Amino acid sequence: MIGDRGSTSASVRRAHPLGFPRTSRWRVAAGLASVALAGSGLAACGTSSAGTGPVTLNYYQYPDTSVATNTIIKNCNAQSHGKYVISYQLLPAAADAQRLQLVRRLAAHDSSIDIMALDVTWEAEFANAGWVVPWTGANQAAVVNGTIGPALQTAMWKGQLVAAPLNTNTQLLWYRSDLVPTPPTTWAQMLADAEQLKKEGKPHYIEIQGAQYEGTTVWFNTMDASAGGSVLNPDATKVTLGAAAMKGLSIMKQLASSPAADPSLGVQMENDNRLAMEAGTAAFELNYPFVYPSMKADNPTMFKVFKWALYPQVVPGVPAKVTIGGIDLAVSAYSTHQALAFQAALCMRDAQNQLINATVNGVPPTIASLYNDPKMFPDYPFHADILQALENASVRPKTPVYQVVSISISHLVSPPAGINPSGTVTSMTNQINNALQSKGLVP
Amino acid sequence: MSTNAQTVTVEAPVEAPGRRRRKPPLSEGARAERRLGWWLCAPAVIVMLAVTAYPVIYAVWLSLERYNLELPNQVKFIGFANYGAVLTSPYWWEALWVTALITAVSVAITLALGMLLALVMYRTLFGRGTVRTASLVPYGIVTVAAAYGWYYAWTPTQGYLSALFNENAPLTSQFKGIGVIILAEIWKTTPFMGLLLLAGLSLVPEDLQKAAKVDGASGWQRFWRITVPLMKPAILVALLFRTLDSFRIFDNIFILTHGNNGTQSVSILAWDNLFNALNLGIGAAISILIFISVAIIAVIFIKGFGTAAPGTDTERR
Repeated sequence: MIGDRGSTSASVRRAHPLGFPRTSRWRVAAGLASVALAGSGLAACGTSSAGTGPVTLNYYQYPDTSVATNTIIKNCNAQSHGKYVISYQLLPAAADAQRLQLVRRLAAHDSSIDIMALDVTWEAEFANAGWVVPWTGANQAAVVNGTIGPALQTAMWKGQLVAAPLNTNTQLLWYRSDLVPTPPTTWAQMLADAEQLKKEGKPHYIEIQGAQYEGTTVWFNTMDASAGGSVLNPDATKVTLGAAAMKGLSIMKQLASSPAADPSLGVQMENDNRLAMEAGTAAFELNYPFVYPSMKADNPTMFKVFKWALYPQVVPGVPAKVTIGGIDLAVSAYSTHQALAFQAALCMRDAQNQLINATVNGVPPTIASLYNDPKMFPDYPFHADILQALENASVRPKTPVYQVVSISISHLVSPPAGINPSGTVTSMTNQINNALQSKGLVP
Repeated sequence: MSTNAQTVTVEAPVEAPGRRRRKPPLSEGARAERRLGWWLCAPAVIVMLAVTAYPVIYAVWLSLERYNLELPNQVKFIGFANYGAVLTSPYWWEALWVTALITAVSVAITLALGMLLALVMYRTLFGRGTVRTASLVPYGIVTVAAAYGWYYAWTPTQGYLSALFNENAPLTSQFKGIGVIILAEIWKTTPFMGLLLLAGLSLVPEDLQKAAKVDGASGWQRFWRITVPLMKPAILVALLFRTLDSFRIFDNIFILTHGNNGTQSVSILAWDNLFNALNLGIGAAISILIFISVAIIAVIFIKGFGTAAPGTDTERR
């Protein structure tokens, strides 16, 4: 944008000989100056109360369409006994836009942010930039206690706990029991089942995320991890793609070129998969549990035969390691009320409030014991399978430059029909290496 | 800042006339006037330096550094390595070609349609005001709002254009996506082109047209032999404006395709690297390269068209 502004000025300069009034330059200057002034004024009124009353803690989170977040905040405000009041600040709906807003504020050392709801892909980046405060001592112990292992892993960076897992998420295999009485346990079986269904003239598509976006990076990561591989070494200094990545990619390619592939595979995201399944064109769907209540509401007839199973295995006999998602709570390094912010974040993720988030907002909790709580069962008939998938889950490549790594991966594996396993692995290795050295461009 | 600027400009003239009355010599007066001129300019110059020169110089500096916001410990001066990375990246060249294609096609078609529109507006006998206002509607609509209109119109199962042309998601393929972007650009900027050309048309003396008519020139001949040559300065101004604007295309693409599937322009590439990758070094290098490209386009227009170029012509007359 800096260059953009420069080039704008070039066209303004050119404007004068053309009979435009000279004042246009003044107007541009005055306009820019007033925008700058208005901006600084806005930033100044962000900071919260001083003096005797409760401290206002600004909590930046994605917009929750259910009442769960407001209920949780009300609970915690009551429990704080007048020490703090959490003020819910809505971030934009799209994940990229959320990150952009947080990053811009943090890069400018905005002290008006106290607590942030971070997508699991941002922890390394925010921690490495020094924008979040690590959790230590009793606070750390409270978070670690009872939290599912891989969920906790998403919040670790360089051996420190940098956030507290609020909720998690992972994918299951959803299928239609009227078409497939026994769910497949491996990718090979699933592809064979789909081909058989096609021969019988029945709905046979396998719904999965194949568009050029982060969801497709997740698919690749799941396939790579399930075949025993990883994208990066634990220090995030070296690319470790190899035979496992080749194996994963060849299955992805195989799906894309088989009759099981939805013709829209290359542009499909989670919601498109859900809609295709509900419309009756598919037999299988790899997706998050939100599809379950949705099927119940949208297609009650099909809901009766809408079943689930664990994610199919890449290597027969070895359970798949499905990529984990979710939201972690972090305390801003520029907050002026960090001690209270830690308390408030702990309250928002305690067992009682995670249960509210799970049953009202529909997001799986990060505390393992909650999956045995009977209150969970009506909404999570698949609670045992989800817990099993979570405990064996993989995490996304952990690196401060995850955005670039993810873009490189998704552009190379989408559309999946264009995958050429060995060539794709080589390009991916080169591009991720460049990203680690801030050398690569993102498209 | 703007209030300061005003107080300076108000105070300065009060002093100056008093001094001028006491000291009659013209040279001194001229000097005072020059001083006053500087005083009057100063606030604008300072503001311009602050909001334009500083960011541009800062961008140049950033483009010479390895600077990732997420890697604050690894910031260092690396010379022209960022430029090397950009210029050897296929993404840059693809974006440059896409941008050049969008610029060339959209400017050419806009020029033709704009000329037609200008002629219609010029020749309209009744309701001239209404015609001119109506033709400006697309230009008056916020680009982002209009882009959303196009986006939904081309979305399968929702949009009327998608249904009309039986197109399945044209925005997801490279060439069709670029086509839709060009269409949106043309729709949006033709009125602007038309308006600039209308100003040129009104410069062509009616007498010349009549004289040519008497001499037996056809309408087509009069257009090519009289109207167009006399309008040349206006046409060049319009072309220069549109080419520079088109080259920096951002908002239409941002909404329509977000630059996916090989439809990104150089500005989208800069945005992605600055704000998604938070790579200030690479992003600044791309921005500077865009700046240089725009400067080259401007120079080609000014030098390449010689005395007919904007600026020189008005002075000669």
